[in-house]
Amino acid sequence: MSEPILQVRDMRFYYHTEAGSVKAVDGVTFDLDRGTRLGLVGESGCGKSTLAMAIMRLLKPPGRLESGQILLDGVDLARLSEEEMRKVRLGQISLIPQGAMNSLNPVIKVSDQILDGMEDHGIPLARGQAMTTVEQLLDAVDMDRGVADMYPHELSGGMKQRVCIAIAISMRPKVILADEPTSALDVVVQRQIMETLERLRQNMGISMILIGHDMGLMAQSVDRLAIMYAGRLAEISDVQSIFAEPRHPYTRLLIDTLPTLERRGEFRGIPGITPSLLNAPEGCLFAPRCPEAKDACAEVTPNLTEVAPGRWVACHTD
Amino acid sequence: MAGISGVLTYARRNKNLVVGLALLLSLFLFSAIGHLLVDVEKAYPLGAPSSKPPSSEFPFGTDPQGRELLAVAVRGTYLTLRIGFIAGGLGLLVGTILGFTAAYYGGLYDTVVKWVVDVLLTVPALLILVVIAATLTKGMSLDSMALVIALLAWMWPTRTIRAQVLTLRERAFVRVAKLSGATSLEIIFKELMPNLLPLLGAMLINSVIGAVFASIGLEALGLGALRQPTLGMTIYWTMQQSAFARGLWWWIITPIVIIIILFVGLFQLAIGLDELANPRLRRKV
Amino acid sequence: MSGLLELRNVTKVYSGGLFRRRSTVALRESCISIGEDHPSIITIAGESGSGKTTMGMLMLGFIAPTSGEVLYRGQNLWKSSKPVWRQFRREVQAIFQDPFEVYNPFYRVDHVLTLPISKFKLAKSKAARQQMMEEALTRVGLRPSDTLGRYPHELSGGQRQRIAIARALLLDPKVIIADEPVSMVDASLRATILKSLQRLRDEMGISILYITHDLATAYHIGERIVVLYQGQVAEAGDVQSVITNPQHPYTQLLVSSIPWPDPNRRWGWIETSASTGMFLSTEGCAFAPRCPHVMDICRKERPSLFRTGDTCAAACFLYQGSPVAEG
Repeated sequence: MSEPILQVRDMRFYYHTEAGSVKAVDGVTFDLDRGTRLGLVGESGCGKSTLAMAIMRLLKPPGRLESGQILLDGVDLARLSEEEMRKVRLGQISLIPQGAMNSLNPVIKVSDQILDGMEDHGIPLARGQAMTTVEQLLDAVDMDRGVADMYPHELSGGMKQRVCIAIAISMRPKVILADEPTSALDVVVQRQIMETLERLRQNMGISMILIGHDMGLMAQSVDRLAIMYAGRLAEISDVQSIFAEPRHPYTRLLIDTLPTLERRGEFRGIPGITPSLLNAPEGCLFAPRCPEAKDACAEVTPNLTEVAPGRWVACHTD
Repeated sequence: MAGISGVLTYARRNKNLVVGLALLLSLFLFSAIGHLLVDVEKAYPLGAPSSKPPSSEFPFGTDPQGRELLAVAVRGTYLTLRIGFIAGGLGLLVGTILGFTAAYYGGLYDTVVKWVVDVLLTVPALLILVVIAATLTKGMSLDSMALVIALLAWMWPTRTIRAQVLTLRERAFVRVAKLSGATSLEIIFKELMPNLLPLLGAMLINSVIGAVFASIGLEALGLGALRQPTLGMTIYWTMQQSAFARGLWWWIITPIVIIIILFVGLFQLAIGLDELANPRLRRKV
Repeated sequence: MSGLLELRNVTKVYSGGLFRRRSTVALRESCISIGEDHPSIITIAGESGSGKTTMGMLMLGFIAPTSGEVLYRGQNLWKSSKPVWRQFRREVQAIFQDPFEVYNPFYRVDHVLTLPISKFKLAKSKAARQQMMEEALTRVGLRPSDTLGRYPHELSGGQRQRIAIARALLLDPKVIIADEPVSMVDASLRATILKSLQRLRDEMGISILYITHDLATAYHIGERIVVLYQGQVAEAGDVQSVITNPQHPYTQLLVSSIPWPDPNRRWGWIETSASTGMFLSTEGCAFAPRCPHVMDICRKERPSLFRTGDTCAAACFLYQGSPVAEG
């Protein structure tokens, strides 16, 4: 088994405010195997977007990477200088941030926006070569070549998102982080975008991390799934096992809340509210809402342990 | 909304606001206290011996027509500020009413207002002011100058406020207010206006800046109230009476320093209020 | 059967530009009616551009139809007097999608509750008003002490949405138009809010028009469903049949794209070309450019709603042998 392309080890990212530290990411460890898709799912405020931005080292003070390693093909991104990291971004690892399609520059043509990143990385492109590259990228994301000369406002939501994907793959990175790539899109468009991403993965051998809150989308799109709660990982497993046999109580409850074709009309929610990450205490942060909580749960922080081959759970009751 | 400590922390972050307020406040106090301590009659000609340099008796000196310049400073500051705020305030008031109603009610009324504003904005305001002032045969009084300036000060606020209200009008909380039975006027005053208060404050200051600028400009050209010792008129007289050639430096400096303080204060305040009004400009903690 | 609220042959056209008449047909000759006798939950499902939000806005009286009528208790709403509108506002309420946007950031959340109470004179004194607000909050499962007196940004999305429901209930409505009420709420809270919508129907006899693009939740919550495509009804019927056995090609495409949270139930068994997003078809069936079963007639005429079963109908020429359905 070859080395995972991305290894995150005990990453901690805190925001330091006058009121204390918000532990947005508190000890997250996971691997992304080459050529696979990892899903990172959690509700709003759980820290998943912070995790993505922190891996890309795009966050500024008062946020700070407290500790941990981010090994991209063996190179620790956390130790790189800003200049070195700038080259790594887009070149080796790229991010499609949340709401990317709304962040396209409205006064610049699509082709120029795609070429922008490449120029910045010092890739010399003659005029004809540039156009060919753009056309190839548009083909790769299943778009008409004519889109190159259009402006973002002339495109639909799905098309804009494809442009963002084209930008993200423009330099053939090793890893793509996609943060809620389809959240504002219709169901059919969503499926088409995910299918495009999948084709890209297969053709270009890119490894992918898909971040979102839609478990259904994850079930259809990823190989392995990580469940995040309050800045920590609750469970990571292959996607079949997670849905068939969830080990962490939060995962179980989360799956229970999802509408399925079987149990019509039954609804379940998770009582309580997500905890504040400000000065988060020791102990399992899910304990107050957990139906299986024991005394030890509130005092000792559970660590991710491998309870079965490839299955990691952070829970005392397992 | 925020307590005193909140205000102080914000003050630390928004230095422009603090500096602007401080400068303006000192001018206000200078003028207010000055009115109590100094005899403002001396700000008019023949109130004191002429062309005297600054001394203990006349701290700012006097001008060739016998105006005691400390009194001029005190009185002039008051008068200039008064014109600025009246004209600026009036312009903003008209602009607010037009902007809100045009954006909210829409239709033909809105189209007409928008068209009129767009056309009038292309007209060079100072030119119009000069023409109007020059044709007033009776001569300009302070209040008529304020009105004339206000006449050309309402367009920009109308356009800005109209644009803001057009976007606010579509917000969900306006829909909810309608569902809860609010009438159009109630929506304008109770839902929309409170959200625009910071913007209105910023626009008031901008309006005032424009008005003060216009008034000083007109006065320096000799088109103001000739008898009044406003700051602009003082500059006019310095030019008329060749203050430079006669070496009356104290006469030139007095209005200029006050105008500098005034504008710096107003601009700082404008920047500060801009930041308050537009959360996106706020620098992070 | 004259219903409580009805859209009869309503068309809504948005035209832009002063001289160039660029127009978008948001809704084309659509009908829908909500009756008073059996409170029920009707789902209006569709993607963006389907006209579902326009339909909601028309039913709430926020926009006027270009042609056709909006009938409230049998009367044309836009030709009615102020007292009728007042009555209308009491009986037809709404819940919106964004739990944050529905609050005026200048005021505390109490404002959304005090406003209807005062405008409709529901309470005679300040004490009565306070009690009314507290009761309304407890009814939706919130603690008044936790929520009253706070600013919107101090509460969670779920709390804000529940307060919005409490507000809608204050006026004792008969119909609630819920426009994507749970799409911006966390998954764990969705169930709670959807359950409360069902309770509204069962315990308080309120009919709910549930507008959404999420067929998975629609499957669970409604009795009837109307699927819209580009301003027209594609298919309508009882929820279970339409979703488990869709008849209209568009519905089939939609259902095949639902991401069910089950890795073994794959999506995407129906292929389609990407929609270019330009709504150019004015003749013929709106779905013709993308339909795998398209026939000549589809490009020339608009299909009526043909019956496909006891409780369902689909607007598709595949079924042109069947009788046409009503309303």
